[in-house]
Amino acid sequence: MAKTVVLQRKPLSLSERTYLPQIVTGLKTTFSNMFKGKVTLQYPEEKPNIPKNYRGIPTLVKDPNGREKCVSCQLCEFVCPPKAIRITPGAVPESEDDREHVEKAPQEFEINMLRCIYCGYCQEVCPEEAIYLQDEYSLSGYSRDEMINKKEKLYELGGTLPDQHYKWDKKKNAEDEGNDH
Amino acid sequence: MFDFEMLFMIGLKVLFALLMIGAVMTMAGYSVLAERKVSAWMQGRVGPNRTVLPLVGYVPFAGKFLKGMGMFQPLADGLKFLFKEEIIPGHVNKFYYNLAPIVALVPALTTMTVLPFGEFFADNGESFPLMLANLEVGILFILAVSSLGVYGIVLAGWSSNSKYPFLGGIRSSAQMISYELAMGLSLLPIFLWVSEPGTGAMGLSLVDIVDSQKQSPWLLLVQPLSALIFLIALFAETNRLPFDMPESETDLVGGFHTEYGGFKFGIFFVAEYAHIVVGSAIFTIVFLGGWHFMPWMSDPWPATWIGSLIGVGWFLAKTIFLIFFFIWIRWTLPRFRYDQVMNLGWTKLLPLALINLIFYVCLVTWLDQPPA
Repeated sequence: MAKTVVLQRKPLSLSERTYLPQIVTGLKTTFSNMFKGKVTLQYPEEKPNIPKNYRGIPTLVKDPNGREKCVSCQLCEFVCPPKAIRITPGAVPESEDDREHVEKAPQEFEINMLRCIYCGYCQEVCPEEAIYLQDEYSLSGYSRDEMINKKEKLYELGGTLPDQHYKWDKKKNAEDEGNDH
Repeated sequence: MFDFEMLFMIGLKVLFALLMIGAVMTMAGYSVLAERKVSAWMQGRVGPNRTVLPLVGYVPFAGKFLKGMGMFQPLADGLKFLFKEEIIPGHVNKFYYNLAPIVALVPALTTMTVLPFGEFFADNGESFPLMLANLEVGILFILAVSSLGVYGIVLAGWSSNSKYPFLGGIRSSAQMISYELAMGLSLLPIFLWVSEPGTGAMGLSLVDIVDSQKQSPWLLLVQPLSALIFLIALFAETNRLPFDMPESETDLVGGFHTEYGGFKFGIFFVAEYAHIVVGSAIFTIVFLGGWHFMPWMSDPWPATWIGSLIGVGWFLAKTIFLIFFFIWIRWTLPRFRYDQVMNLGWTKLLPLALINLIFYVCLVTWLDQPPA
């Protein structure tokens, strides 16, 4: 059992009972604080450092070749808890022959930012790594329509992220070499 | 028919009065800025640094500096108070509600009429104090009028007809009465000391007090205990932390001015800071040698108009340091509890001031006894 030690408080001395030396100590502290560095962030001009795994606004990204990654599988639409995502699937145009093997692409992709709860399930579920919650967090608009991010806006916000897999290139190469499954 | 000389003198007095009001009000406005800036620096922040007049921001070096120091913030704040909607809540007593800010501001502006802030050297070598009215009973006038300021607060608290302002008003009146005594008693030894036979000063005049500190120690060094008691009482009388019972925004919302907004609130605000400015000036006059240079030293500046300007500047510098001290204390010490304030006032400061008075009565009597 822990031994309890009762500390005897020393009675305050006369100078301590006037509080004046303590006040002087406090004044010294506040005065020296005046010349220390400032912690203020001049917000709109300076922005805080956003950590890598921050969950900001969901965005669509393109692969390093500038191709659309989303194949409109609609998994994100399905998993989205507040039903903020709405996808209209469409076919990949025949003209884009560098996107062979990709059959579908979103014709329209909408994320309603009035509903979005920034949970990141869409990023987690996406088999194509096409949707990312990135470092942008400040979002405002004058109307409800403005708060619905359309496909162009989503790609504009997303930009291009490095791709680890080049999934569809690998598939195409495999087929070219004759070992497709 | 018309006495033009008389009219001229009246006009001159009015002009001086307006100048004085302008100076004190400007200082009050800029002490608000100083409060915000100093508190920001003490807390590791930057403080107001965005407000700037059009075009001034483009002046190469000075514009950026002035903007960074928030030099235009008081203007913006004043304008904001002017243009805000004047809301008068339905439950207030309208007459007294409107009267209270005026009653709070008038004493703050009246006390400055008897404040000497420098001396003017005439060509024939005589010197006159620079002040609006050279009252023989200056300090008495100041003590009498500045304690009227409590009526503004009490009226505001009472007429607001709401519980928090009411509590603020009650606390304020109790506090003012308690510390008024200690304040008056702490000044008595000063006047006893100054009125020693042979020093020339025999009255309650502030000018005589200042002149008694010329080439001799400041009264702060002669009577440190009186100065301490006076300073503490001054903090209490100006409702500054650690004695801001009437406001105590943590427990009384805003205290006596909870129901006020817009320009009326602005007037309370300015009155409070005008009290601080005037209080700092009084402390400078009584304990810090007014416009005289340093203890035991004669003024190093010439007895011309340049000298009087430097003297006024020196007086202002001391006053501004004291205003800084007020702010400094505010951001260092937490607020007393209400009963602690009463306890300190009645059971500590008042007996201490009495003992101090008795001690100096004995001392002065002993010093003054004619050689046997």
